[in-house]
Amino acid sequence: MCRLAMKTASEAFSPFSVISAMEAMQEGYDGSGLGLLLRGLEFADYNYNGKDPVLSGIAHTPEALHRLDGIMEGKGFQLKYDHEFETDRSMVEAQDRFKYILRVYKQPDAWTSFTEEKIEEELLMTRIGIRLDGETHGADLTVFSLWPDVGMIKEVGWPLEIGKAFKLNEDRVKSRICFAQGRQNTNYGINLYACHPFFIQGVCTMTNGENTAFTPIKDWLSGKGFPGYMGYQSDSEVFAHILHYVTKQLGLPLQAYKHVMTPLSNAELAVHPQGDFLLGLRQVCRRLIIDGPNAVIGSLPGETCMIAMDAKKLRPMMIGGNPGEWAAASEMCGVDAMIPVRDRANDFQPMRQHTVIIPPDRQELEIWSQFDQFPQNQAA
Amino acid sequence: MVSIRSIPSEPSSLSPNDLPWRIVHDENRCTLCGKCAAVCPVNTLKLSYMRKRMPRMVLNSSERGSNFKTFVGIRQSTDVGRRCVGCGTCSMVCPNEAIAPVHNSTDRYKFQATAGGDAAKRGGRRNDASSSLLDRIIFNRISMLTDPALDAGRHEFTYNTILGRVLPPEEYIKRKLSGEWIPPTREIFPFIIGSMSFGALSPNMWLGLLQGVAYCNEVLGIPVVMATGEGGCPPWVLKSPFLKYIILQVASGYFGWDEIIRAIPDMQCEPAAIEIKYGQGAKPGDGGLLMWFKVSKLIARLRGVPEGIDLPSPPVHQTLYSIEESVMKMIQSMSMAWNFKVPVYPKISGSTSAKAVLNNLVRNPYASALLIDGIDGGTGAAYDISLNATGHPIATNVRDCYLDLCKQGKQNEIPIFAAGGVGKNGNVVQNALALIMLGASGVHMGKFIMQSAAGCLGSEQNRCNVCNVGICPKGITSQNPKIYRRLDPDKVAERVVETFQAIQVEVKKVMAPLGRSQSLPIGMSDALGIADKDAADRLNIQYVC
Repeated sequence: MCRLAMKTASEAFSPFSVISAMEAMQEGYDGSGLGLLLRGLEFADYNYNGKDPVLSGIAHTPEALHRLDGIMEGKGFQLKYDHEFETDRSMVEAQDRFKYILRVYKQPDAWTSFTEEKIEEELLMTRIGIRLDGETHGADLTVFSLWPDVGMIKEVGWPLEIGKAFKLNEDRVKSRICFAQGRQNTNYGINLYACHPFFIQGVCTMTNGENTAFTPIKDWLSGKGFPGYMGYQSDSEVFAHILHYVTKQLGLPLQAYKHVMTPLSNAELAVHPQGDFLLGLRQVCRRLIIDGPNAVIGSLPGETCMIAMDAKKLRPMMIGGNPGEWAAASEMCGVDAMIPVRDRANDFQPMRQHTVIIPPDRQELEIWSQFDQFPQNQAA
Repeated sequence: MVSIRSIPSEPSSLSPNDLPWRIVHDENRCTLCGKCAAVCPVNTLKLSYMRKRMPRMVLNSSERGSNFKTFVGIRQSTDVGRRCVGCGTCSMVCPNEAIAPVHNSTDRYKFQATAGGDAAKRGGRRNDASSSLLDRIIFNRISMLTDPALDAGRHEFTYNTILGRVLPPEEYIKRKLSGEWIPPTREIFPFIIGSMSFGALSPNMWLGLLQGVAYCNEVLGIPVVMATGEGGCPPWVLKSPFLKYIILQVASGYFGWDEIIRAIPDMQCEPAAIEIKYGQGAKPGDGGLLMWFKVSKLIARLRGVPEGIDLPSPPVHQTLYSIEESVMKMIQSMSMAWNFKVPVYPKISGSTSAKAVLNNLVRNPYASALLIDGIDGGTGAAYDISLNATGHPIATNVRDCYLDLCKQGKQNEIPIFAAGGVGKNGNVVQNALALIMLGASGVHMGKFIMQSAAGCLGSEQNRCNVCNVGICPKGITSQNPKIYRRLDPDKVAERVVETFQAIQVEVKKVMAPLGRSQSLPIGMSDALGIADKDAADRLNIQYVC
C-alpha cells in the first residue's frame, strides 16, 4: 500500500522529518521505492538563488554523467552548485548508481529574452531530452525534474533506509515543502520512473490508491501532442498531468481540478451555481475522469499545496498543523510524527467533495467544497 | 424424352429430410384440433388422412390377412416457398405437445432456393451459428490490490454516454466565454434500440417499444433512446413529448420525411438525434427494403406512397456526388432544420473504408458521431448473400477507428457507436462492454431487443426469419392486424423495461470488479482478454489462456 506524507512550512526543515512520518505509518511491504519532492530549497553549503533551475536525477555510469554534462553545456547551462550526497552505498539495494544528481544551474544566457512560457517549454524539452538520451543508452541516465527551486530524490527501497543512506538527517539540504511517498507498486514493474511524486513544469503530485481508468486517460493525454505527456510507468502519473492540463493548458483555477477528475452528478450540477459550465466541462474532459480510490497531494508553482480526494473517498487523508506549518498524511500517526504539537481542533479529514488548498502564506487551510462556487471569472 | 413418372423426382424435388426444419408429429397425442395447421405462417402444414396396413396372422383363408387403419397425420410441404421455417408456432398452440419442428443440419433446400431466377432472400439475421468473437472476450483486469471491490448492488455507478460532438476542452472554454455555438449533445444510456422502421415493425411492437422507453426515462431515470429506421414516425409521436427519446433516421428513400418536416413547427421537443443512413451491416450496398406485403394503409400514408407496392430505397443518396459531399451537406441541412440543436450523425456499413469516413467526420464541425453497423446486423429483408457474407465484423472496425482517433487525440470528440450482432447469442452486456472497452461509446441493438422484449423467434440456424413477408408469427414485423393483434404493446413495454433493468444490473456486475464506477469505461482495453492469440494481437488486447 502506498503511504503519503507532506509537510509545508514557512521555515525550511529537514526532509528527514517527513521520512520519519513514513516510518510511523509503515505497515506491510512498502519497499518498492521512495520518492521525495523538495521545494523551497536551502543548502547548508550553498546560498541558493530560488530562480536558478535545479536538475534532479541519477547518472548510473560515468559515461552517462559525461553525456549529461555535454547536453547541459550544449544547451548553454552553467553549473553553479553540485550537491554531493554523502551516500552510504551499503544501504541502497541498487548497485548501478554512479551519481545522484542534485545540481543548480545558471539558466542559459540565450534565454534571457525568452518569455516565461518559452522558458518553461525549454526546461521541459531539456528534461525530456535527457530522459530520452538515457533511454536510448540502456536506461543509464534518469532525470526526475529540471525546474527552479525543485529537487527530487527517488530510490528503490525502504523509506527510512533510504533517508539514512542519503544522510538526509544531517540537514545539508532543507526545504519549505517536502513530499514523500513510499509505495508498493500496483500495476507495473519496479521502476524509478514509476516512483511518485510526478513532476511536470512546476506541477507535482503524489497519490495513493489505484486509478482504474488509467488506460483511457493515458490514451487521451498522449494524443494531445504535448511533449511532457509521456512516460506513464505508473497509473498515478496522470494525476500530475491532469493537474498540469487543467491549470496550465486550460488556465482554470485550481478548484477546477476536482471538477475535471471527479465531476459532480447531474442532480448535483443542477443545483450548482456554475452547473451549466461544469456540465459542459464534464463532457469535454470526460476522458480525464479518474476512477479511484485515490487521495492526491499536489504542489504548484509559488509554493501552493493542495489535497484532493477521489469521489469514492475510499482512501484516508488527514491534515493538521499550525499557522506557518501544515502536514498531510495518509494516516493520523504520520501527521503526528511531522507536527506533534498542534491544535488538533484544526485537524481536517477531507471528504469526497473537498479540495484543501494551503496557500503560500500557510496561515490557514482553505477548505473548498466541490458543491460551492469556484473563482472562475468569465465563464461562470 | 418422356420422363418416368412413377418416381416423383424432378430437379427441384425435395424430401422433408432435405429441408432445414422437419416437423415431428406424434399422432398418438394429437387431438386433431387443427390449430397447428391454422396458425402455421408459411402454410407448410397439412393435416391429412393417411392409411396404414395392420398385418394380422390369419389361419382361416376366408379372412383377409391384413386390416387397414386410417389416421390423421401431418404432411409437411416440400415446396421451397412453403418449407417449414422452424418458428415453432405449431408447438406453441398445440394443447398436447404433439408437434414440433426439429432442426435438420443436412438441409439441401438452399440449392433450390432460386426459383424464378431470383436469389434467396429473407429477413432476420446472418446465418452464422458459430460463437461470436464478442462472446469470447472476457474482462480480466480485476482490481485486487489497492482497490477494494465495489459493491455492484449498492455503490453509485455512472455509465451514461454522450451522443453528440464534443469540443476539445480549450475550444469549449473559449466558446463558452464568448457565447458561441456549442454543438448539441445528449446524455444517454449506452444501449440504444437500433433503427427498425415503423414499416418493418408492427404498430403494436413499435408502440410497446416507445412505451417501454418512455417508462425507462420518466420513471426509472434510465435515459434510453430508440432509433426509427427509415420511414418516419406517426404524426402523433412527432408532436408528442416522447420525440426526445427518438432518433429519427433519414435514408436514401427519404420515406416519411414529408410528415416529419411538416410536423417541425408543432414539435414540443427536439428529437434525440438525426441518423443519416448511408449503409447497414446486414445488406451493404442496398437501401432499405419494405416489401409490398407490409405496405399497409397506415404505412402508405406515413411514407406518402400507394398501398401494396415494394418500397426499395436506392443504395445511395442519389442527389449527392460523394460521401464527403453527402456527409457535409446532409449533416449541415439536418442540423439547420433543427436550428443546430440536434446531433446529426451518419450510419455506415462496417467496412475497411470506415476509417476514411471517420476522418471525414472529424473534420466536419457539425458531425456528431459515427455509427458503424457490422456484418452480424439484422434486417427486415435482404438477400441471403448480403446477410451472410457481405460486410465487415464490428469489433476490428470499431477498434481501428478508435485507435485512429486516439492517435489524433480526438477520441472524445466524435463518439463511435457500434452495431451488428450485439447480443446475438443473448450476451448483450458482455458484447456491448467489450465493444465499449475497445473504444465504442455505446451500442445499438435491434435483434436482441426484438428477442428480449417481444420473443422474436429468429436464430442463427435460419429459424423463422420471415420478417420480410409480413407473416411474423409473433406479430413483431407484420402489418396484418390479424397477426399483430397477438402482440400486446403493454407486455412489450414491460419486457423493454425489464430488459433495461437487467442490462443495468449486468453493467454494474462487470464494472464493479474492474474498479470502475465513475464513468463508462470507454477504451479501457487493458481490462480485456481473449484466448485467441491472433484476435488479441489484432485488437491490441491481452491474450489469455
